[in-house]
Amino acid sequence: MPLLQVKNMTHYFAGLRAVHNYNLTIEPGEVHGLIGPNGAGKTTIFNLITGVYRPTEGEITLEGKSLIGLFPHEIASMGLGRTFQNMKLWRHMTVLEHVKMAHYSELTYGLVGAFFGTAKRYKEEEEIEQHSYELLRLLGIENIADQNVLNLPYGVQRKVEMARALAIRPRILFLDEPTVGMTPEELKEMMDVFRKVHEEFGLAIFLIEHRMKVVMELCEQIQTLNFGEVIAEGTPEEIQNNPKVIEAYLGKEEVE
Amino acid sequence: MKERKNKRFSRIREMFSGIPALGWLVGALVAVIIEYYFGNSLADFLHMDRLPVLFGVVVILKRPLDIPGAFVYVMLIYAIPIAVVARLTSRLMNRIAGFFDRLPLWVSAIVHLILLYYVLSVWTDLSDYRLLILKLSLIAIMVTLSLNVINGYMGEFSCSHPGFMALGAYVSSIFSVGLFVNDRILGHALLGVVPAWVGQLVFPIGLLLGGAIAAIGALIVAIPSFRTRGDYLAIISLAFMFIVKSLFDNLGFLGGARGLGSQPDWATLPTIFIWAVLCIWTINNFVESTMGKALNAVRDEESAAESMTVNTRKTKMIAFMFGAFWAGIAGGLFAHVLRYVNPGTFGLRKLAEVLAMVYFGGLNSVIGSIVGAVGFNLLSEMLRPLEIIKWIIIPTLLILVMIFRPTGLIAFKHFDVREILKPKLKAKERM
Ligand SMILES: Nc1ncnc2c1ncn2[C@@H]1O[C@H](COP(=O)(O)OP(=O)(O)OP(=O)(O)O)[C@@H](O)[C@H]1O
Ligand SMILES: [Mg+2]
Repeated sequence: MPLLQVKNMTHYFAGLRAVHNYNLTIEPGEVHGLIGPNGAGKTTIFNLITGVYRPTEGEITLEGKSLIGLFPHEIASMGLGRTFQNMKLWRHMTVLEHVKMAHYSELTYGLVGAFFGTAKRYKEEEEIEQHSYELLRLLGIENIADQNVLNLPYGVQRKVEMARALAIRPRILFLDEPTVGMTPEELKEMMDVFRKVHEEFGLAIFLIEHRMKVVMELCEQIQTLNFGEVIAEGTPEEIQNNPKVIEAYLGKEEVE
Repeated sequence: MKERKNKRFSRIREMFSGIPALGWLVGALVAVIIEYYFGNSLADFLHMDRLPVLFGVVVILKRPLDIPGAFVYVMLIYAIPIAVVARLTSRLMNRIAGFFDRLPLWVSAIVHLILLYYVLSVWTDLSDYRLLILKLSLIAIMVTLSLNVINGYMGEFSCSHPGFMALGAYVSSIFSVGLFVNDRILGHALLGVVPAWVGQLVFPIGLLLGGAIAAIGALIVAIPSFRTRGDYLAIISLAFMFIVKSLFDNLGFLGGARGLGSQPDWATLPTIFIWAVLCIWTINNFVESTMGKALNAVRDEESAAESMTVNTRKTKMIAFMFGAFWAGIAGGLFAHVLRYVNPGTFGLRKLAEVLAMVYFGGLNSVIGSIVGAVGFNLLSEMLRPLEIIKWIIIPTLLILVMIFRPTGLIAFKHFDVREILKPKLKAKERM
C-alpha cells in the first residue's frame, strides 16, 4: 500500500480552477518534488492534502485511510507534517515552546491536569520537552531553546519551523519552499538537515522548491505543474530534458 | 548633581534588593498591627477627622490642609515600619525562604498566602469601607483574569463577561435566597434559614452552579462564533450581554429591573480570598501548560496551530467556557458582597470597566491582571472625591497607557510563583 495516494483531485476557487485532475503516489521513504511557475497551484495542492481546503473532487488516502473531510489537526496527528511558505511561527513563543506545542495531540493529561497541575501533567510535559530537545539538537539549535522566535535570523527561523514539523512524529513531511531567501551557507545546512531527517527517520518528503539545484539533487521523482495541471512527471533527468518543462518553467525562470 | 542623586537612589535600591517576599509580608504585618493599635490615636494627634483609609490619597483630594498629616501618618504607620522590619529581618527571612524553597512549592505558597491573608484581614478590621474595597478588588481580579484568558491569551475580543457575571450572580442568589432566606420576592425559604457555618458549607454549591450556568451560556456564544474565523465573537458576545440583561429585566419573579436582594452574608473575606486564590491558581496552571499555550498558538497563527495537531476549535471553546465559569463565580460572590443584585449593574458600564482593567493591566499576563484590577479599583476609589473629573482622569490615564504600552502595563509576563517567593540575594552579591 502506498503511504500517500491522491486520485483525480480537482479544486475550484469560486470558478477559478486551481488544480485539475491531479494524481500522486508516494511510497514510504520516497522524496518527491513539485515544481512550477508562480501561481501554478503548488501550495493549493499542499493545502488540499493537509485538509485546509476540501477538494471539489477526488480522493486522498494516507496509508489507505481517506483524508477527505478531516480537520487539518486530525490529518497532522495521522503523521502528515508540514511547513509553510511564509513559515507561520508564533510570534510570542520561544523556540522550545514551538516544538513542545506540536506534541499537542500526544497529551493525555486533559483539563484536570491543565487546571490543577497534576503529577501526570508534569510527567508528560517533561517527556515532550525531552523529545523537543532531541529535535533541537538534531537541527543544532538547542542553545537558543529559550529565545523568542522573532529575534532569530531567517535561516534559524526556518530550522525552528522544521523542528516543529518534525515534532508531530510525521511519516511524511510536506515542505513548501523551505530554502527561499536563504544565504548559500544556510542553504547548504538545510540540505544536510533534509538528508539527515530523511535517513534518520526514514521520512518521506514532498517538496515544493524553486531552486532547481535543490530539487534535482534531493528528489527521486518530480512533478511539474502549470495552471493546476501536471505537465510532466519523472526522474530529475527526464524533467530536465522535457521540452514542455523547459517551455513552461525553466524557460522563464533562471536556472541556478 | 544628577549623578549623586542616581547614586543615592541606587544605594536605596541596593539596601532593599536582598529582601524576599516573606520579609515584605512580615513588614506589612507589623505595619498593619501598629495601625490597628495606634492608627486612630495617631490620626487624632495629627488633627485628622478620621484615619486615612486608603493611604491618605482621598484625604489629599478632599481636605488639602490634611496633606502634611496624611504624609506623616503614612510614613509612621506604613513606610518606616515596613522598611525597617523588612530590612532588619532580611537575613533571617532569607534563611526561612531558602528553607521553604527546598520544600514542594505548595507548602511555601500556602504559608505566604496565610501571611498575606492576615495582613489583609488586620488591615480591613479597622474600616468596613476598606473591607468592601478589598472584597470588590479581589472579585475584580477574578473577572479581569478570566477575561484576559479570552481577550489576551486567546486574542479574541469578547464582550460578554458582564453577562456571565449576571448569570453567576442570579443563579447563586436564587440558590441562596430561594433555599435559605424568607424573602419578599422568592418567598419562603425552601430549606429553612440556616446558621452561618452551614451557609459557608453550602455556598460553594451555589457559586459552582452559577459558574456552570455561565459556562453553558459561553457554549451558546461559542458555537456560532468559533465556526468561522473573523470578528463574529465580538458582535455575538455583545448581543449575548444585552440579551442576558434584558432577560433579567423582564423576569418578574426575580424582581425584574428592581433587582433581587436579601442575599445571606456569606461572602466573607476568607471565602472570597480562597476563591480568588483558586481562580489565579487554576488559570495560571492552565496558561502555563502546553494545552493552555495552544491559545497563544491559535492567536498568533491559527492555521499553523492546526497543522501542528492542535484542535483549535476545542481549545477555543474550552478557554471561553473556562473564562465564563470564573466570571460566573465572581458574579456570585459580587451579589453576596453587595447582598443585592439588579440587571442594570451588568451593562455597558461594567463591560467598559472590565475591559479597562484587562487592557490597563496587560494582556497575556496573570500579574498584569492582578495589578490592573487592584490598581483600577483603588484608583477609582481614591479619585472618588473628584466626582465628575474622575471620569476625565481615568480615561486619560488609560489612553496614556495605550499610547506608551499598547499591550498594557505588565503584558506577556510569566507568573512564576517560585521565582517570586525564593530567597533574594543583594544586588551586589548577585554579581
Ligand atoms: N484561498 C484562495 N482563494 C482563491 N484563490 C486562491 C486561493 N489560494 C490560492 N488561490 C489562487 O490559486 C492559484 C494557485 O495558487 P498557489 O498559491 O497554489 O500557487 P503556487 O504554485 O503555490 O505559487 P507560488 O510559487 O507563488 O507560491 C493562484 O491563482 C491563486 O491566486
Ligand atoms: Mg506557493
